[in-house]
Parts: sequence; structure tokens; C-alpha cells
Amino acid sequence: MFIILAAAMVFVVASGEIDLSFGSIVGLAGWAFALTLEAGLSPCLGVLFAVIVGALAGFINGVIVTRLGLSSLVSTLGMGFLIRGLINVGTQGEGTPVTFLRDTPFYNTFIGNIRGFPVHMLWALGFVALSVLLFNYHKFGTRISCVGDNLESSREMGINVATIKTLAFVYVGIASAIVAIQFTLTNQIFYPTIGEGLLMIVLAAVFVGGTPGWGGIGTIMGAALGACIVGVITSGIVAAGISHLFTDFFYGLIMILALMGHKLNEPRYRY
Amino acid sequence: METRFLELKNISKSFGRVSALDQVNFFIKGESEIVALIGDNGAGKSTLIKIISGVYTPDSGEIHIRGEKVDRWSVTQARAAGIETVYQDRALVLQQTIARNIFMGRERTGVLGFVKGRLQLAEADRLMRTIGFTSRVFAADSVVAKLSGGERQGVAIARALYFQADLMILDEPTTALSLTESEKVCDFIRRAKEGGTSCIFISHNIYHAYDVAERFVVLDRGKVVLETDRQHTTAEQLVKDMQEIARCNQEGSA
Repeated sequence: MFIILAAAMVFVVASGEIDLSFGSIVGLAGWAFALTLEAGLSPCLGVLFAVIVGALAGFINGVIVTRLGLSSLVSTLGMGFLIRGLINVGTQGEGTPVTFLRDTPFYNTFIGNIRGFPVHMLWALGFVALSVLLFNYHKFGTRISCVGDNLESSREMGINVATIKTLAFVYVGIASAIVAIQFTLTNQIFYPTIGEGLLMIVLAAVFVGGTPGWGGIGTIMGAALGACIVGVITSGIVAAGISHLFTDFFYGLIMILALMGHKLNEPRYRY
Repeated sequence: METRFLELKNISKSFGRVSALDQVNFFIKGESEIVALIGDNGAGKSTLIKIISGVYTPDSGEIHIRGEKVDRWSVTQARAAGIETVYQDRALVLQQTIARNIFMGRERTGVLGFVKGRLQLAEADRLMRTIGFTSRVFAADSVVAKLSGGERQGVAIARALYFQADLMILDEPTTALSLTESEKVCDFIRRAKEGGTSCIFISHNIYHAYDVAERFVVLDRGKVVLETDRQHTTAEQLVKDMQEIARCNQEGSA
């Protein structure tokens, strides 16, 4: 599922920024989904609401970074805590079961099976395909790369850098909402901590996948592959006979190694 | 009197407490002409051209294009009016292809905003050949970081050329270039004039400026201190004038 987030994150990283708040946006969008259901409304409306909330959170991130000029590293970290705190206060730490949705057509659309093939993988593939199109062949992706490559040049060439960066954050917000719904349906309950623990694996997937941290270039397919690689770490560690307690250690390790690799490669791209 | 292409009236701009331009008047004639904008570091040359190209908004003063006053001047508007700028920093994105650089901010798009990549490549390729980039080493899909300083300047100029400017602004186009490369740039400016394009040529190098320009505007600490043209001065005289201005400054600040 986090393939979706990794693909979206490439846009933000390639634009020269970073988003550390997406885990909490997953929580916020999930909460929005749960609230709609609690109100007795249609789950489709819940999806719409969740996506709007996710996009809005991304928009706020973008505005803080581009208009107020704060560092995205620190401000999205702050936003992450702020949003998570909001969810905790709002839900009082209580989850919302959504078991009644099980095996409804709605449920099957998001995480069911088609002849044994899991539907959520189709969502991931679809989202990756959309992201590849946007990133490589669309004006949006082109401008993302230009803005991340050289902010001043982009401005001089008439690109609205603030809007482009904000849209990248919005894209991550929308991706977070999709993931939130899939998580909630999979667990058949919305719980306030949903999305925690995603931070490391998504960023590791992006960097391992071949998108460097300095902006200007990125690869969606790489991030998707990176997500697969990071995804097998958990099982791989156990399969290799190492204690599962090492999982976080290895996530961190491969991320550092990936960043070191990018550093070594940097002259090839930039000078 | 014929309508001037561009006229700036009483333009002022400051950054914080630093006044970069103070009540500057500047114009470009209706027919094509090459104007050299000369001045020391910090004289306000770059600020002035960034105002003309719409990157900065002046604090006060008026901008007239073809005799009409414009409000809310922006990069997009400047380009629509036929003003192209080759910035001192070249305004390139190094990790992207030549084609992407040329069409940056003005991508050729088809349905739903998707970029016509092949068309851009073909156009960029044709363009590079017209301005004399025949090297086989790189093509329109080469990454700009691999190019030399002169080649990068070529990309920046090709971009201005492609969009058929009425007024081309070149900020220090000959800095960091070899002699032959500089000569190429000067040639290019002369050819552009023959094609009906006006140029504002910014340079430290008075001899380069004297070679190509017809009119000279000297800026000093945010003010126009001297305006003259080719009939009324020589390169040597210009250098003397510049030294005089510099000397007055030193005495003034001493």
C-alpha cells in the first residue's frame, strides 16, 4: 500500500522539498472517512471527504513552505505532530469499527480480490502509472523537476514555483487519503494511530529507489521498486534468521546507504 | 515622435534599506536598436533588467510598452509583449535536457497538459543547428550539466531566439566565455538587430559593449549618470568617463 505514498513522495522530493507529515495525514483522512460513516452517510461520500481533507492538509503544508518560507523538513515535522495531536484529542484515542462494510461492493472495490488477485495492488499499479504519466510526460512533472533543479532559474522563466510546490504537497495529501481508506478497510477499524510507522519505509523506498535528496530528478518506477525492496526487508530479516527486532535498524541502514550512494553519484548529475 | 517600444519612468526599487534604483528613466526606441547598459558592480543593472523582464516589481514609477502604461507587470506579460531575457546566471536547469530548458515554463502541450516531448526535441534540435551548434557530442536530449560555459550560454540564447523577441535583454552575455565564444555572441546580437530585434546589452567590458551597441547608458549606484551614443563618443572616452565616475564615488565616500 505504501507504494502509493512512495510514488507521490517522489514529486515532493524532486521539487526540492520533503514531507514528513504524510503519516499523520493518513490518520486525518482516515478519521474523516470514519466520521462520515459514523454520521450514517454513504462510504463513497466518505472517500470524497477523506480525499478533500487529505488534499487540504497537503495544501496547508504547501502554503506554509512556499508562502511563509519555512523549511519543509521542520515545518512538516511540526504539522505531523499537530495533526496527530488533533486526531488524538478528537477521537479521545477511541477507534471506529467499520466491520459492517465487509464484503460490500464498496469494500471489494478497494481491497477485495479479482480471481485471487488483490485489488489494492491494482490501485497501487494504477496510481504508479498515473504518477509516471504526470511526472515524465506532463507539464506538472516537468515543472516539478525544473523547480527542484534550480528555483531561481524557474522563477526567471516564469514558472510559478509556489504553486508547483504546493501542488506536489497536495498530491501527497491525496495519496495519503487513498492509503488511509485501504488501511481502515483492511483492519476493519479506524484507529487513531493509523499511519504511524509509515514515515521511515516510505522515505526509504523513495531514496533506495533512486531519487536523490537534492531535487530536480526523481523516478516513480524506482520508488515503486524501492517500495518492493523495503517491503521484503521485514520478511527477509526473519527468513535470514535474524530477530525481527532488527527491522527498524535495517530500514535506517538501507536509507543511509542509499543516500551515501546518491552522494557518490552526485557529480554525474550536477557538475 | 514615433512610439517607443519600452519606456520606464521614474522607476525606484529598494531591497530593505538598500536603494537599488532611484528615479531611473530608460527607453528603447521603436525601431530596433542596441543599447548598452554599463555600470560597476551594484550599480543596479541587474535590478533594472529584472524589472523590465517582470521578475521584480518596482516600488514606484511607470512602465510603458508601445506607448501604453501597463499595470501588474509580470514575467508572463513581459514575454507576451516580446521581451526575452538571457540572465547572467543563464537561468538553466542543469539536470534537465536542452529541450526541456528551452521550453521551460512554456512547454508545448497537447491534451490535458501533456508535454509534446518529440515535438520539443525536434524543435530544439533545429534551433541548436541554426545558431551553429553542430557538435555531434550532444543532442537536444543531452543534459545541460554536461555542456561547457559557452554551450550553456548558447542554450540560453537559443531559447530567447526561439520565441522571436522584439526586445532581447542580455545580462553579461560574454562573462566567462572564451574570446571566440564572445565574438560569436556579439555576432549573434548584430544579426538579431538586422532581424528587427532590439537588444539591451549589459556588460562590464566597455570594449565589448562599444563594439555592438549604438547607445550607451551608464548606471551608477541606482542612478543614470550618463547617456550618450556612438556618434558622440569613443570607447576610450567611455572608459575615461567611467573612471571619472568611479573617482568621484571614491572622493564622495572618503
